[in-house]
This record gives sequence, structure tokens and C-alpha cells, in this order.
Amino acid sequence: MTRYIIRRFLQAIPLLFIISIVLFVLMQKMGDPIATMGGRTQTRSADRERLTRVLGLDKPIFVQYLYWLVGNDWAKIDLDGDGITETSGTRKGVLRGDFGTSLVNRGVPVTTVIAQRLPNTLILMLTAEFVIVAGALVVGVYSALKQYSLLDHTITTISFIGFSMPIFFIALSTMYIFAVNFKKWGLPYLPTVGMFDPIEGKTLLQVLWHMVLPVFSIAFISLAAYSRFIRSTMLEVLNQDYIRTAKSKGLPRKEVIFIHALKNASLPIVTIVGLDLPLLLGGAIVTERIFAWPGMGRLFLDHVSRSDTPVVMGIMMLIATAVVVFQIITDVIYAWLDPRIRYT
Amino acid sequence: MSEDVAKLPVEGKSKIPSFGLEEIESPPLSLRQLTWRRFRRHRMAIFGVIVLGLLILYSFAGTIFFTEESANRTDTALRLNPPSSAHPFGTDTIGRDILARTIYGGQISIVIGLTAVMLEVSVGILIGALAGYYGGVTDSLLMRFTEAMLNIPQIFLLLVMAKYFGDLIPNLQVFGRTFSGSVVVIIMIIGLTSWPYLSRIVRAEFLSLKENEFVLAARATGTPISQIIFRHILPNSIAPIVVSATLGVANAITLEAYISFLGMGVRPPTATWGNMLDGAYNYIEQAYWMWLFPGLLIVLIVLSINFVGDGLRDALDPRSRAV
Repeated sequence: MTRYIIRRFLQAIPLLFIISIVLFVLMQKMGDPIATMGGRTQTRSADRERLTRVLGLDKPIFVQYLYWLVGNDWAKIDLDGDGITETSGTRKGVLRGDFGTSLVNRGVPVTTVIAQRLPNTLILMLTAEFVIVAGALVVGVYSALKQYSLLDHTITTISFIGFSMPIFFIALSTMYIFAVNFKKWGLPYLPTVGMFDPIEGKTLLQVLWHMVLPVFSIAFISLAAYSRFIRSTMLEVLNQDYIRTAKSKGLPRKEVIFIHALKNASLPIVTIVGLDLPLLLGGAIVTERIFAWPGMGRLFLDHVSRSDTPVVMGIMMLIATAVVVFQIITDVIYAWLDPRIRYT
Repeated sequence: MSEDVAKLPVEGKSKIPSFGLEEIESPPLSLRQLTWRRFRRHRMAIFGVIVLGLLILYSFAGTIFFTEESANRTDTALRLNPPSSAHPFGTDTIGRDILARTIYGGQISIVIGLTAVMLEVSVGILIGALAGYYGGVTDSLLMRFTEAMLNIPQIFLLLVMAKYFGDLIPNLQVFGRTFSGSVVVIIMIIGLTSWPYLSRIVRAEFLSLKENEFVLAARATGTPISQIIFRHILPNSIAPIVVSATLGVANAITLEAYISFLGMGVRPPTATWGNMLDGAYNYIEQAYWMWLFPGLLIVLIVLSINFVGDGLRDALDPRSRAV
């Protein structure tokens, strides 16, 4: 098992290199990063030349990639443009944990920019994931037990619709019903913008209250997919011989369902949760945009539109790395939970 | 179709005389007949086909009643008008008629869905087939690349690529109509980011199919490799490709809607169901019609395509015994 884990991590290294190269090439034409540098005015042409040299944008792409990867503190760079390389670089490179500095928020390290937004996204997404898994377990198990009943058919239909629904449609509809119309009818209505009311301040209650609609929107769609999945694994397990044995030896129905069946049926759920978790880091771009939630998704959108390549690159590498690592963790946990699987 | 059915049992009879088997055995069905027989039992799939047909009719026959000028005509005096008899779906922020725009937007959305999938399928088949057929170094190189593409979340990749290819393509003149060049960009990037999943399916099919005797026979008779891949192996792996491509159309339409919704997709004045929603949430209190109608159309088309794909999956499943 240890050898398997080591091998998987060794395989992940070239994979991450390929990903970073693909992304780095894409970053090259993301627009002009020094057009305004996040300010309102155009960069002057004298500054432009200097900034190009400072940022290393005058170098060929593979040198830029090398500097991004291992930094340039070992190399001399030419800052004043006289052809003599005299100043040593300051960047440490990604391999030493330096993702560069943001161009829009001048001089702020990318890691700080991301760290400011990450908690907001995680609060939202982890809550949503919890709602999804808990809800899908209830719905999935129930419709598996009552297979082909009216309620099962209804649930299947709703989940099919939910599965096909783009997230902005559900977000806009719930916004329209629970915020706009509830306000009109004088009922207590849900907020639609931001994380908290600026007058009330960032209290736990405020954040929770503002989370209701975004969490519902994210959860509704994934809930549909998850509960369909749980229903089918549950049905599969319920037809196994050991369930019949458990029933025939007179175990209480609850024990058979929740201990014998559900425990085994929930194994495959580990896989889908494990593969979805890293994507939570990126947040739900569309949901965060609609509800003006200050998370990673909006950070990404803002910085893509302003060509802030270091931040965009940092976010995408963070997510891609998380995806790769979580795949390995998921496989290991799965093998640990299911003794039938042995990796060598 | 009926002629084929009538002919086949005659041949069957001549081979098996005097056992009365021809009464018991039904005539052998071709894959297409078998698939259709199973497909038509799938009630939701038929429902999907009908809704899909109506939506296509809506967006293409609608051109008879509305010219493209009426879809793009702006009149700020009419801005944010609620649905009325003159404008059944209301008007948007600069007074364009939403009904006419959903018709023209539907065309673009459907065309984007179909062409993006064509690109996806071509790339996916090519890479999957090469990896699966050759194996070895080719396989591991191509699959590492596929895996790398799979590990970057698609929506992030799409937004970056939309920015990358941004103004690469100028506006196009097709059939006397002007299309924003961003339509081509969107088709290209959706196609170029969706193939990894499909190519994995194709590779898996090829890995098992290439061990069959008919491939050995083809190779022994000196058939060129391109023919072995495309004429001998590919037709045998068509079922999962068809299912995946069908669901891919729905996926492409949704993705286009997402990117356009975020303001990085198809640019106005060319309408799509996605870019009609861009900014609609700013007017959620004043104008529900701005997002409701294009949104509903997207839900309907995605839902109906998913039903069709689900039906096809059941109908094409080789393990299924139902006739």
C-alpha cells in the first residue's frame, strides 16, 4: 500500500508539470497585463518598458516559465535596459511557494490574495456539500426503499429536471421568489447580495442568513445527481445475498437498512465526494457572481478580466493540484474502506 | 424500412427449411431497427424528441415572422417593457424584443451545441483511437495529456481560453447575415476542452476491440491502418460515442450559456440564449421576463436532449435483452 501511494505521487509530478505548461502557454495571450496594472490610467510608455523588464515579460516564454517555476534569485536581470545584467532577481518560484505578486493589487503576493478569499468560498461550499450529501442520503435511500412508488417517480423526475438545470436559472428563480416577491408581499425576505449587511456587520447570523439562497442553488443541482447515484447503489446492495440473510435471520428492518445496506451502499459516494471536494476550492463561479459572494470564483473572474496572470495562474494551479491530490486520497480511502480492493 | 424486414425472413427460410423455425424466430433486426424499437418504448425519450423538435422549429421557423433586424433593433423608449401584445416576451434594457431575440438566439445556441460537439467528437475519436490502437508510448503520452486536461476544471479553462482567443476572429458574413466572430471562438473552445472524457471512452473501446479476430484478419490482408481504425474498429464502438455526443450537445449549450452569462462569450448584437441573460440579475426586481424566457428555453432544450441521450443509452446498451 505504501508503495502504491508513493508510486501515485510520483506519477502526479509529471502530470502537474504538463498542466502548468498548458496553463502557462494559455496565460501568454490573456491580454496585456501592464495595460493599466489595476489603475484607472494607461501605463506610460517609459514605465511600460521598465515594467516589462521588471516582470520579465521581455524574456522568451521558456525563460519566463523557468522563472515562474524556480524563481530568478539565482540569475541577474537587466532592470535599466542598458544591456548589462546587474540586479539579481527577487522571485523564489512556485516550487518554493512563491506564486509571484498580483498585478492588480500591486505588490500583494498571490498567496495572500487567494488566502483572503479562500475562507469565504470554503464556508459556502462546505455547507453546500454537507447539505448535498445529507439530503442525497435521505432522498436516495428513501426512493430506493420505495422503488417505483409515486414518490420515487416524482423524485426521479425532479432530479432529472434539477440535473438539467443551469445553476443561474435556479439562482435567479429563487432570488425572484424569496427575495423580490417576498419583499413585495411584506414577508421576511432573504438577502441576495454579499456575505453580510454592512450595517449589521459580519456576524455569524448575518452570514448564515445570506448563505441560504446560494447554498440552496448549489445544492439543488448536485443533490439531483447525488441522490440518483445513491438510489442506484442502494438498490444494487439491497439485492445482495447478505441482505436477504440479514432479513431472514430476523434482524430489525432498521438495522438491515442502515447498518448492513447503507454502510456498503455509501462506499461509492466516497468517490464522488472525493472528486468533487477539490472543485469546491474554485467555488461556484456563476453562483458567486449572481449573489455577489466575495469568494474564489469572483476573484478568478475579476482577475481574468483584468489580465492579472499571476493570480489566475495561482488559482488554477491550486485547483489542479487539489484535484490530483484528492484523486489519490480518494483511491486510498476507498481501498481502506473496502477490503475487497487491494492495490499493489 | 418495411421492405428490408420483408426480405430478411425469406433468406432465413431458405437456410432452415422444414423445422418450422421461421414461425418462432423473428426476423433478425439490424442495429438501427433494434435501437429504434427499444428507443420508442422509452416514453421520456420520445417526449424529449418532440420537445426538441418543437424548439428547433421555434427557432428556425420563427425567422418567417421576425427579421433579424427586428431582433437587433434597439429603441430606448421601449426599454424594460413588460410582456404585452406587441412584445409577448417583453423588451430588454435597450428596448430589443425578447421574443425575436429568443428565436435568433436559439439558432445560435443550437448551432453552437452541434458544431462544438462535432469538433469534440473528432478530436476525441482521433486521440482515443490513436492511444487505444497503438498503445505503448503513444498511449501513455496521449493519456497523460488527456488526464492533464481533465484535471483542470472546464469552466476555468473555458474562461481563460475565451480571453485568449478573444478577438482572434473577425465578424463573419454567412447567408447575408452577420455573425459575431466570438461564435466561432466559443465553438472552438468548447470543442477543444470537452474531448478528454470522450477520448477515454473511445480508447477503452479500442483497447478491447483491437484484440478481436477481425482486426487480425484485416491486418493479415494488408489493410492500411487508417482503414482498420476508421472502417473496422470505429463502427463497432459507435454506440457509446453516439450517447456521449448526444449528452455533449446539452453540455455544450449549457457551457455556452455559462460563459455568455458571465459576459465572456458570444458578443451582442448576435443573440444567444446565454448572453440574453448577461446582466439580467441586475434587473431582477424590475424585469423578470428578461431572464425567465431565455432561461426556460435553455432548461427545456437541455432537459429534452438529456432525455433523448438517456433513451439512446438504454436502447444502444448491448447487454440489454429487451427487443
